[in-house]
Amino acid sequence: METQSIVSLSDVTKTYRQGRVQITALDGVSLEVPQGDFLALAGPSGSGKTTLLNLIGGLDRADSGSIRLNGNDLGAMSESELAGMRLEQVGFVFQSYNLIPVLSAEENVEYVMLLQGVAARERREKARAILDDVGLEGMYDRRPAELSGGQQQRVAVARAVVSGPSIVLADEPTANLDSATGRALMDMMRSMNEAKGVTFVFSTHDRMVMDYAGRLIRIRDGRVAGDERREGEAES
Amino acid sequence: MHTLMAWRNIWRNPRRTLVILTAVVIGVWSMIFLGALMRGLTNQYLEIGISTLTGHIQVHHQDFRSDPVIQNRIDRPGRVAEALEPLLPPGSHWTERIRVNAIANTARHAQGVTLVGIDPEREARVSFIGGAVKEGNYLEPDDPYGILVGKALAEDFETRLDRRVVLMSLGVDGKVASRAFRIRGIFRAETEATEKQYMFVTMAAARDMLGLERGVTEAAVLLPSHELTGKTAEALERRLPTPPLAVQTWRDLLPLVRVTIELYDTFIFLWFLVVFIAMAFGIVNTLLMAVFERVREFGLLKALGMRPRGIVQGVLTESFFLLLLGTAAGNALGVLSVNLLAESGIDLSALAGRLAEVGMRRVGYPQLQAGGFRLANVVVFVLGIVVSLYPAVKAARFTPVEALAHT
Ligand SMILES: Nc1ncnc2c1ncn2[C@@H]1O[C@H](COP(=O)(O)OP(=O)(O)O)[C@@H](O)[C@H]1O
Ligand SMILES: [Mg+2]
Repeated sequence: METQSIVSLSDVTKTYRQGRVQITALDGVSLEVPQGDFLALAGPSGSGKTTLLNLIGGLDRADSGSIRLNGNDLGAMSESELAGMRLEQVGFVFQSYNLIPVLSAEENVEYVMLLQGVAARERREKARAILDDVGLEGMYDRRPAELSGGQQQRVAVARAVVSGPSIVLADEPTANLDSATGRALMDMMRSMNEAKGVTFVFSTHDRMVMDYAGRLIRIRDGRVAGDERREGEAES
Repeated sequence: MHTLMAWRNIWRNPRRTLVILTAVVIGVWSMIFLGALMRGLTNQYLEIGISTLTGHIQVHHQDFRSDPVIQNRIDRPGRVAEALEPLLPPGSHWTERIRVNAIANTARHAQGVTLVGIDPEREARVSFIGGAVKEGNYLEPDDPYGILVGKALAEDFETRLDRRVVLMSLGVDGKVASRAFRIRGIFRAETEATEKQYMFVTMAAARDMLGLERGVTEAAVLLPSHELTGKTAEALERRLPTPPLAVQTWRDLLPLVRVTIELYDTFIFLWFLVVFIAMAFGIVNTLLMAVFERVREFGLLKALGMRPRGIVQGVLTESFFLLLLGTAAGNALGVLSVNLLAESGIDLSALAGRLAEVGMRRVGYPQLQAGGFRLANVVVFVLGIVVSLYPAVKAARFTPVEALAHT
């Protein structure tokens, strides 16, 4: 591979115990994500997409195998080091409840920068610029409850990309949106990927969303069932 | 922004916040108010005790308290004056007395009393008697035959102003000494017991009657504040020949007052404990509720890279605001209610029978006290934050994965 891998998984397994029952969520997943990918993890519900994203983002730990982010072995990091890694290198977009309800759109975007120790002025400028980029100019002061579902997801994407993370992980970001709004969000993410070279990994079980992917990895029962690059753009 | 977040968070559920605030306000208010009332009652009790011929400090012959006879006297009062005067804080007053047991007789009645020979001018600055004469006049200096009698005793004796009373006691020579006095004034005191116990004559008259040249039985000191008692007494003790003299403070001289104050202090402490425990349960429960409602949010914060310590700080900041608002309002309410009742007092007639028995007033006047104030606030604030640690740590313990899966 000519480009440097941001994420590199080798033979990762993850098992959940529920009482006596063991559920194998991931069963020997190996994967390289190079810089600049716009990668979709596709698979039916329960196939292991969320588990995989959580492991890559350092929210949870693998049972075996290794996960490297920018060459650092997540398994060897302490909880505190993982938190620092998430703060500096990973942007998250979840399916819903992404935002802190008591903070405005701008404050939500600023919040991560505050944790990173960015100065107030710079925080404000960057937050407003990125909110403009995602099409939310003039809505800086709205609280999440005053934004539509699509607008909330845009704020979440803005927050995820604002301080230039190595990778943005989005777990079914369009699952709670109608298809037009979902499409608009995917367009916006795609343009972030193209314009700024932000690496995205997102999960979905929606055909329409898969069509946006530059690379499509199919997950079945915790295994990689297919990995295809799709240079031609889908415009459906 | 963290502070702003905490502030906004406490108003997310205004009803719940108001419930906590009410609990804190009532708690703080009751601590302040009850503390002030108790302090008022015990202070009045102490004032009365001190003004009823006790003062803050007394000097006696070491044997006088166990055997209060004229033989156990301070033979050279000048030495006491020399020792005492240089170390009295400004605003202090002191006087000397001759105090002996005596029998008072009229044509029809006889009763054991305490005869007190006083320096009228100095005595008036130290004890209650200076302002207590309600009929007739206070004693003139060197009045050889004048006597002040309590109202209750005058009634018992069916006597009045200008009538004669004969006093008998043991003189310096060990023989019975007696002298006839004329009632110059009738005094009132806080309790009937005091009115029946004491009779006042001038020092000169008492000396004359007992055959005494210059001695006194006690020196009594009134200090500008109770707090100076211990230090002054210690200093005095070092400067006086003890024995044969002995220095005592109101704590030794008024054991009942001391015990009562201790009892009230214990009561206040228990009250603080009860209030605080009730309040702590309220705070912990409500904060836990608030924390469990926001599990997802804490998960999100952790996913974003916030450290557990930051989450603990966030929850504690919320609790800090609640406590701040609550104690502020509680203090305001406390000051207001105490000031409102400091003039008129609170009628404690229901308890009055008992109170009067030990010489306490029927009306309580609450008194604010810096110490009680501080204590109530520190207790609520510090312990409030301490108990909030539990929900705060709970909030910090949610792992992002379980929190985000939480619906
Ligand atoms: N916390 C958990 N405890 C037990 N089983 C879990 C837990 N999380 C996920 N699973 C199981 O692991 C499998 C993969 O789940 P998940 O990664 O959420 O799939 P997807 O996101 O593709 O729907 C499923 O069978 C799911 O039931
Ligand atoms: Mg999922």
